[in-house]
Amino acid sequence: MKNIRNFCIIAHIDHGKSTLADRLLDFTKSVTERERKEQLLDNMDLERERGITIKSHAIQMVYPYKGEDYVFNLIDTPGHVDFSYEVSRSIAACEGALLIVDAAQSIQAQTISNLYLALENDLEIIPVLNKVDLQSANPDEVTDDIVDLIGCKREDVIRASAKEGIGIEEILNAIVERVPAPKGDPEAPLRALVFDSVYNPFRGIETYFRVFDGSIKKGQSIKFVATGKNYSADEVGTLKLVQFPKKEIKAGDVGYLITGIKNAKEVKVGDTITDAENPTKNAVSGFEDVKPMVFAGIYPVETDEYEELRTAMEKLQLNDASLVFVPESSAALGFGFRCGFLGMLHLEIIQERLEREFDMTVITTVPNVSYNAYTLKDKDKPIIVSNPTDLPEPTYLDRVEEPFIKASIITKSEFVGPVMSLCIEKRGQITNQTYLTQDRVELSFDMPLAEIVFDFYDRLKTVSKGYASFDYSPIGMRKSKLVKVDVLLNGNTVDALSALLHVDNAYDIGKRICEKLKELIPRQQFDIPIQAAIGAKIIARETVKALRKDVTAKCYGGDISRKRKLLEKQKKGKKRMRQVGNVEIPQEAFMAVLKLND
Amino acid sequence: MFYLSKIELKLKEFDEVNPTFEEIILMSSLYIHIPFCKQACHYCDFHFSTSLKHKDQLVEAIGKELSMRKNELPGAVENIYFGGGTPSLLSESDLTSIFETIYAHYEVVEYPEITLEANPDDLDISYLQMLSGTKVNRLSIGVQSFFEEDLKLMNRAHNAGEAESSILLAKQFFDNISIDLIYGIPEMSVERWQANLSKALELGIPHISSYALTVEPNTALKHFIDKEIIPPVDDDLAKLHFDILVDTLQNMGYENYEFSNFGKPGYFSQNNTAYWTGKFYLGIGPSAHSFVNSTRSWNINNNPKYIKALEAGELPAKREELSRTDRYNEYIMTRLRTQWGVDLKVVETEFGLNYAAYLMDHIQAFQQQGLLKLEGDILKVTGDGKFLSDGIASELFMLNLK
Repeated sequence: MKNIRNFCIIAHIDHGKSTLADRLLDFTKSVTERERKEQLLDNMDLERERGITIKSHAIQMVYPYKGEDYVFNLIDTPGHVDFSYEVSRSIAACEGALLIVDAAQSIQAQTISNLYLALENDLEIIPVLNKVDLQSANPDEVTDDIVDLIGCKREDVIRASAKEGIGIEEILNAIVERVPAPKGDPEAPLRALVFDSVYNPFRGIETYFRVFDGSIKKGQSIKFVATGKNYSADEVGTLKLVQFPKKEIKAGDVGYLITGIKNAKEVKVGDTITDAENPTKNAVSGFEDVKPMVFAGIYPVETDEYEELRTAMEKLQLNDASLVFVPESSAALGFGFRCGFLGMLHLEIIQERLEREFDMTVITTVPNVSYNAYTLKDKDKPIIVSNPTDLPEPTYLDRVEEPFIKASIITKSEFVGPVMSLCIEKRGQITNQTYLTQDRVELSFDMPLAEIVFDFYDRLKTVSKGYASFDYSPIGMRKSKLVKVDVLLNGNTVDALSALLHVDNAYDIGKRICEKLKELIPRQQFDIPIQAAIGAKIIARETVKALRKDVTAKCYGGDISRKRKLLEKQKKGKKRMRQVGNVEIPQEAFMAVLKLND
Repeated sequence: MFYLSKIELKLKEFDEVNPTFEEIILMSSLYIHIPFCKQACHYCDFHFSTSLKHKDQLVEAIGKELSMRKNELPGAVENIYFGGGTPSLLSESDLTSIFETIYAHYEVVEYPEITLEANPDDLDISYLQMLSGTKVNRLSIGVQSFFEEDLKLMNRAHNAGEAESSILLAKQFFDNISIDLIYGIPEMSVERWQANLSKALELGIPHISSYALTVEPNTALKHFIDKEIIPPVDDDLAKLHFDILVDTLQNMGYENYEFSNFGKPGYFSQNNTAYWTGKFYLGIGPSAHSFVNSTRSWNINNNPKYIKALEAGELPAKREELSRTDRYNEYIMTRLRTQWGVDLKVVETEFGLNYAAYLMDHIQAFQQQGLLKLEGDILKVTGDGKFLSDGIASELFMLNLK
């Protein structure tokens, strides 16, 4: 156990985590040239494109140091706020963390919240200043920022450039010297933490774990504490670039487990694996059932593809247990599903995966959070509202509560004003303002989660010219004044366009929804009135004027092909629209509320 | 393969010769593109150059292309059309040499329609005299408007005076004259548009092509509109102008035989008709398009490259084979623009029952909206549907699911 080092990397998106991981693998010769692909640890297409590691993985390498071989387990962490619970479990599986900070951009909010998590878990932090080779690098100043933040010495900060291979050996040596060896009782009953799982269509769920006490053996009868289910450990092993089956994984080490489980729901991140006959008395603390934060309807564009969509969603759920869905129906869109997501990024990922992996074109409705509604009849029993149409009529309604979050924003001092006014506009209340360094400020707000869903990220980026980072954690339900705003097209309510809004914003947002829809709904052969209404009261109105001209006068010297192709394209575009009544609505119109400031 | 219905064949009586059925449907067009202009019109995205440096070489290259492609057309040439650009920049010797090449290599009917597009400012007495001595027997004059403010906005090379005088002069030499008129110009009042039409009627022009001003990407017009120097084009205004155009000309005995074209009986443009009725045509010159059998092809749209290729004895063209679906889509798209309409019998025999059934399914909504009508087996756009005919055609398309 004394030669094992378990560590993770804490970094903001684009600060170079994946490249650095790559270099560590190269340097320890864990990867042959043939196996080498750029950014090894991100192997989903989507992850590569977005430059974010969505699902964490782990990899083992061996590093010889002063005549001894050390086993390194690098546990990768997702870098987006939607996945913060998974990050916390990865951190709990480690004794140390590399804190990667971009020498040009300095510390970001995401990094800080993960750093705090690491500090709470008593991890040894090795600060690494990355991208020192960049022209725009500001190494001295950023070193000061790091020293201020974690209270280390200036010499403790390693200067590196993953891209250029600078500082890699120093990092590896620091891992041996500074990260403590794991502690644990090899003789105690098995006690291992599940920090991730991956769906393999051929072998079922692969569970990634860290053993704290005892050991896990091939063929052992094991038990998952939170789900209470027993399995046989069909295969255990360590994770290199490919899996290495082993007879036993001992205390302190990291490995994978295959039990033949087919459904991701049965393997919960944060759960404890123990021996079925001789179970541990203290499961690893910190387990939580992940709860969806954002809800939206997902419908097939073609109504007859409902069953196909169901199959696709079920398959997605097999490898993404945080996706939840129940069937629902909408007068406008027919049959579909109400889905719960960890956050907006998660929603976008699911939508894209449906399109890419299953070739399903879907309509996503306006996302919303989940509210508690109390009726006059029973003022103590909440009705959970995760679809605007489920909100009880105003006459029966006693009150509504909505989820609040504690938001942390780090920005440059010159943007404090605009950031504050944005947060106040978003119904936020400032709770704290801390100068991290002379020109970097951390602002804390309590604000409704619902406001984050509506175009918050984009606006934050705009008002801060990109120099703001954002993180949040839920702080419970608070009483709120909400109304349901309906949208009528050509006189018919389109339920899929309804939104729950705070009463103070309802008029303004209702008006802007109408304006945005006017932009997005193509002109048709007749006038289309667009109205926003609260109950029977119309609060805003716009009209999409009838199409007057849809013909080109001339044909370029007999270029019939070009004209035909243009019209074919026009027809293909229409295939992506949904007919509601006699109005054709493009996919993106259902998300119009999110694009009000574009 | 051939889209001419019996009804249409009856419409096209050839009294000068007695061609067989086979010969009639194989009658073809030659289009010759002259890619030079003295100055650029603000709305134009056709291919042209304002440098006349390479004109001689280009005429030579056109001759070469004509002789290289002499075996492509299966039938006789019934019309020749010089388009542009500005073909009225061609000299007598240019024209003579092109005609010599055509007559040496192609079978041309006895009385072909031979049109030359001309700009009013080129049509002085001496040029017209010269033209009337060549085989050219029809003029298409790019008048566009009889009003100075419109011509300025479009950056035309001629002025209002030349617009009128060129027609008066041309009438002394030619009987078969067409003029172009543009409507839907920003700030063009209904009165001014009516005055334009009255002027054309007063001058006794037997054929009028009339186009809505269209803002194409990468044109000066688009730039000026984006910069708010010129107000944007208004579809409602264009529709208003179009309705006035159709009413006025139909009352005066012109037929709106194709969306943008109006002619007195006997004066329909054969060249334009060929495009919309699926007849074969060879396009010669840079950027020109051809259609023979089920192949469409188009030449490179770059003058020096075109010249270089032909000097090397190569044809700088790209081609595309049309699938059955492509041909169906084109048939719908082109025929809906004409007064001959879509013949459901032709759809069934040429493309099959599936296509005919698909079409019947998809026209119902438009019939209910009064945008399409069936007259026996012939499907046509109604007066209300005309201005939406591309969109309607697109809805009737079968999608290529390649």
